Amino acid sequence: MDTNSMSYKTKNFLMFAGVTTFVFVAVVIAPFVYGLYLTLTSWDGVSLNKPFVGLANYSATFADTAYWQAMGRTMIYTLIAVVLVNIVAFILAFLVTSGVKGQNFFRAGFFVPNLIGGIVLGYVWKFVFNRAFVAVGEALSVGALKTSWLSTPKGAMLCLIIVAVWQYAGYMMLIYVAGFMSVSNDVIEAAKIDGCTNMQTIVHISVPLMVSSFVQCLFLTLTRCFMVYDVNLSLTKGEPFNSSVMAAMHVYNQAFTYKNFGTGQAEALILFVVCAVVGMAQVYIGKKAEVSA
Amino acid sequence: METLNEKAARNQKIAAVVKICLLLVLFVAFVFPFILVIVNVFKVKADITMNPMALVGAHGFTMQNFPNAMEKMHFWRSFGNSACITIISTALTLLLAAMASYVLVRNNWKACGLLFGAMIASMVIPFQVLMIPLVSLYGGILGLLGHRATLIFMHVGFSLSMATFMFHGAINTNVPIALEEAATIDGCSKWQTFWQIVFPLLKPTIATVAIIDAMAFWNDYLLPSLVLTAKELYTIPIATQVFYGTYSTDIGLIMAALLLAMLPILILYVFLQRFIVEGVTSGAVK
Repeated sequence: MDTNSMSYKTKNFLMFAGVTTFVFVAVVIAPFVYGLYLTLTSWDGVSLNKPFVGLANYSATFADTAYWQAMGRTMIYTLIAVVLVNIVAFILAFLVTSGVKGQNFFRAGFFVPNLIGGIVLGYVWKFVFNRAFVAVGEALSVGALKTSWLSTPKGAMLCLIIVAVWQYAGYMMLIYVAGFMSVSNDVIEAAKIDGCTNMQTIVHISVPLMVSSFVQCLFLTLTRCFMVYDVNLSLTKGEPFNSSVMAAMHVYNQAFTYKNFGTGQAEALILFVVCAVVGMAQVYIGKKAEVSA
Repeated sequence: METLNEKAARNQKIAAVVKICLLLVLFVAFVFPFILVIVNVFKVKADITMNPMALVGAHGFTMQNFPNAMEKMHFWRSFGNSACITIISTALTLLLAAMASYVLVRNNWKACGLLFGAMIASMVIPFQVLMIPLVSLYGGILGLLGHRATLIFMHVGFSLSMATFMFHGAINTNVPIALEEAATIDGCSKWQTFWQIVFPLLKPTIATVAIIDAMAFWNDYLLPSLVLTAKELYTIPIATQVFYGTYSTDIGLIMAALLLAMLPILILYVFLQRFIVEGVTSGAVK
């Protein structure tokens, strides 16, 4: 049998990867390319013809102040959420690897929020913010809690950040736990013998050896926060007064509520490019900081 | 006088107590929202509005929220839809990705490099970039929206890259090529070699990919909400969202609906906790 002939290759490729190639192209590649074309047309989502408009959608995007406001808001949200998620996750990982009793139980518990979809989580927290916090505020007469945080623009943003930290910290904790485990005991002991305190060992030995965990966690939280939609929809729905509409929600509304599919797609594309550039830059800088023991 | 060792031992004990306390406080903060839902689900509406923090309401204990919410959100229908879509999508993803990765790892043909490269590159594309063209292609041009099969097809398409990538790594590191050569000498075709030798060796990766994808499919909201246009097809996340929109003032029903939406996966977690935690970690680290 000639394993170098074209027919053998084609037959084998199609037999194993034919369906995969078809589904992948049909669901990812074709829509991606078609999406690039859509940004050059004006389409309302109903009519059969899609008039070609050149770069009008891109100029509409640049003129869309609501979009850039949403983008700026998303960046602030992402920045604060990413920092807090990783600080909390790192502390959790440190605590559950420090040899206290029941650490597996704690690990499992902190991970629970990741099991549940953003829509349901958002509604659960809506209840907490709207009812529970207010009830506590009234019972203890704490002014800051008496009105729901979700009713003010700054408060709604704070709520979104709190939920993001709560939602992702357990997941990132697992990655940091793997990082802590990968630092060998020999180096830790050597540092201790040389007179390092626990704190010094973490800062000067563990953290530099865990840079790859940091890169990974930062990338994951960054991309997830940037593209937040589910929790945004169920927790705040963009309210009050559209002050908590994140970029992804703005894109969704632009296309499916206001029926500007072309502009919506152009805005989605720019959002993706910004997110990708930030993500890549972070990974690039992080990789440079990696050291080995 | 205290020796240095005694002092160190005492410090360590204090540190351990501080750590446990800190963990407990954080743990309570993490489970607090869930506890709150569980406490309130057994109260009548007036009691929840009165004081959501009370353990038992003035009107006592009630189970009535459950049957009401189940009936109004068509719980079993949504559950069936979610289960059917999740199971079929996961199984198809596993089979297709494992098969494709085998041909991709073992051959350096041009088509293999092209497909694998495209898959890796596509992993950075967020769903939001594809949703508008997806709706206009499958809805506007092909008219295929509103079927479970379309959603399954798309779920599989979106998860294939990641799954293929993971199987690719697993075959590279865990499947010795000598084993396959032995099978070929014994007269196995490529097809037989794959199913009888390679596929069984991939079990740990199959478990990891199955857990990651099944959880993603079960919890997904945005894609199903765009594809499943008819009420009869709603999955649990969509049913919850629609239910919330309709009954947002009936807070007792809402509590029951939220708990029902979380319960299936929480029950599964109790039994498969180790596998889920391990699976998600190894998936992320790759």
